[in-house]
Amino acid sequence: MATSGSMRVPPGTEVSSSASTASVTKAAARHSALVRVTHWIISLCFFALLVSGAELVISHPRFYWGETGNIWITPLFQFHIPSSRALVPTGYGYVLPDQNGWSRYLHFQTAWVLILTGALYVIFGFVSGHFRKDLLPRKADLSWRALSATIASHLRFARPSEAEAWSYNVLQRLTYLFVIFVLFPLVIWTGLAMSPAFVSAVPAAVTLLGGQQSARTIHFFVSIALVLFLLVHIVMICLAGFRSRMRAMITGRAGSQRERT
Amino acid sequence: MTDLSRRKWIKAGIAATAGVAGLGVAARLAEKYGLVPPDHGGIWGLGETLTYASQRLLTRHSMAREFPSSQISKRPFANEIDPPSEEFKRLQAGGFADWRLTVDGMVARPASFSLAQLKSYESRSHITMLQCEEGWSYIAEWTGVPLSRVLEDVDVQPQAKFVVYRSIEHGWWDSLDMADALHPQTFLAYGLNGDELPVANGGPLRMRVPRQLGYKNVKFLTHLTVTDSMKKFGKGFGSSAPEAGYAWYAGI
Repeated sequence: MATSGSMRVPPGTEVSSSASTASVTKAAARHSALVRVTHWIISLCFFALLVSGAELVISHPRFYWGETGNIWITPLFQFHIPSSRALVPTGYGYVLPDQNGWSRYLHFQTAWVLILTGALYVIFGFVSGHFRKDLLPRKADLSWRALSATIASHLRFARPSEAEAWSYNVLQRLTYLFVIFVLFPLVIWTGLAMSPAFVSAVPAAVTLLGGQQSARTIHFFVSIALVLFLLVHIVMICLAGFRSRMRAMITGRAGSQRERT
Repeated sequence: MTDLSRRKWIKAGIAATAGVAGLGVAARLAEKYGLVPPDHGGIWGLGETLTYASQRLLTRHSMAREFPSSQISKRPFANEIDPPSEEFKRLQAGGFADWRLTVDGMVARPASFSLAQLKSYESRSHITMLQCEEGWSYIAEWTGVPLSRVLEDVDVQPQAKFVVYRSIEHGWWDSLDMADALHPQTFLAYGLNGDELPVANGGPLRMRVPRQLGYKNVKFLTHLTVTDSMKKFGKGFGSSAPEAGYAWYAGI
């Protein structure tokens, strides 16, 4: 990105055009160990939540707005798929096997692991300065000129510059901040708002959303938004160089230009 | 270098020991304060224990949301039930006059109540949501006698920890911890929206636990047993739900 300023080099890296492999290994990690470990734990949890969540939708593939919803109430929308319950009028003459038991156990257990891991990441992000240094957009990058240049280069599917192996561009920063501080909190909130015990202690958690069925519907849409993020995330990784980006997130090392191509 | 790495190892050792000891203490404390659910074993035990322990710390006395009568669902949705047993049909033919709720276990005065006797207690009502784990829900006015009122009359022993409840339909049973059993909104329900509780909704007698999901609200109630341990009941998981793959604690 021409507008993102000069190439940024992480502290501790030996700046030398003929940097040997050895000096690269000694260099400061592209991603800290905590970011890498929490990234992969959360990835696994998200996959488990997605699979189990899809299974839970199949038992009642209808979504409503307000407090209540059942087959006597007009849905906001529904999926025309066979249900795993005979009571849901799907138009199909058969039901899918009921897999709600393990799906529910898996959904709630991985939700716990995700929340605890996410909390660790957020605390680390504030304490270590990770959010401020790596994710908060730089002032210069937030101007219309800079933003439109970044967007234009994304629309041309241009390969990211060498600097972006070491630092996020402004769109990445804004997207990651949105996922971390808007989408994940919202998906956790709407999930808790469906718990009859939790809302007995914190009724505002569900009334602010417009009701228990509204919470379920919003939970569904936020999950879809997270899936869209994941798809774009994977496409961008492939575009930037799948091997080098994966290596950076697994081992912490950002590869050299030669390795990236 | 050796000095540094030795120090590192000592630090790691202390941290690991403290961690293990901390977990041990936490487990003992959780057990002591009733924060461990009967279905805490197996691969899902971690999630279930975290959920149950958190809910017990957060919601021991909280009240389920109640709604204005304008929000009562036009049609209380009745989930499918198995065809009734011969015994149920016989009692139904007699207008449920011979229906009995037996109360035994760790109580000073075991008893057996007819529906008329249960209705002679001061009745209570609440307009609450019944929420199924499948995703559907409805709001209705439930009328009955608080379970705590009946437990008071049979004089529950202080070491009691659970109330086991059984349906007339074989193999359908569940249990509540004392926090939910003694909760003022937990009813032995016999009325729905101002009428008798329809058979389709669990009549003549149903457990109504508005702080937990629908499946905790066992229909056609005939038997209560007060106990201090769930080990002797079924497979020891607390209810027939975990035996079928669903969590014992259904407050989520």
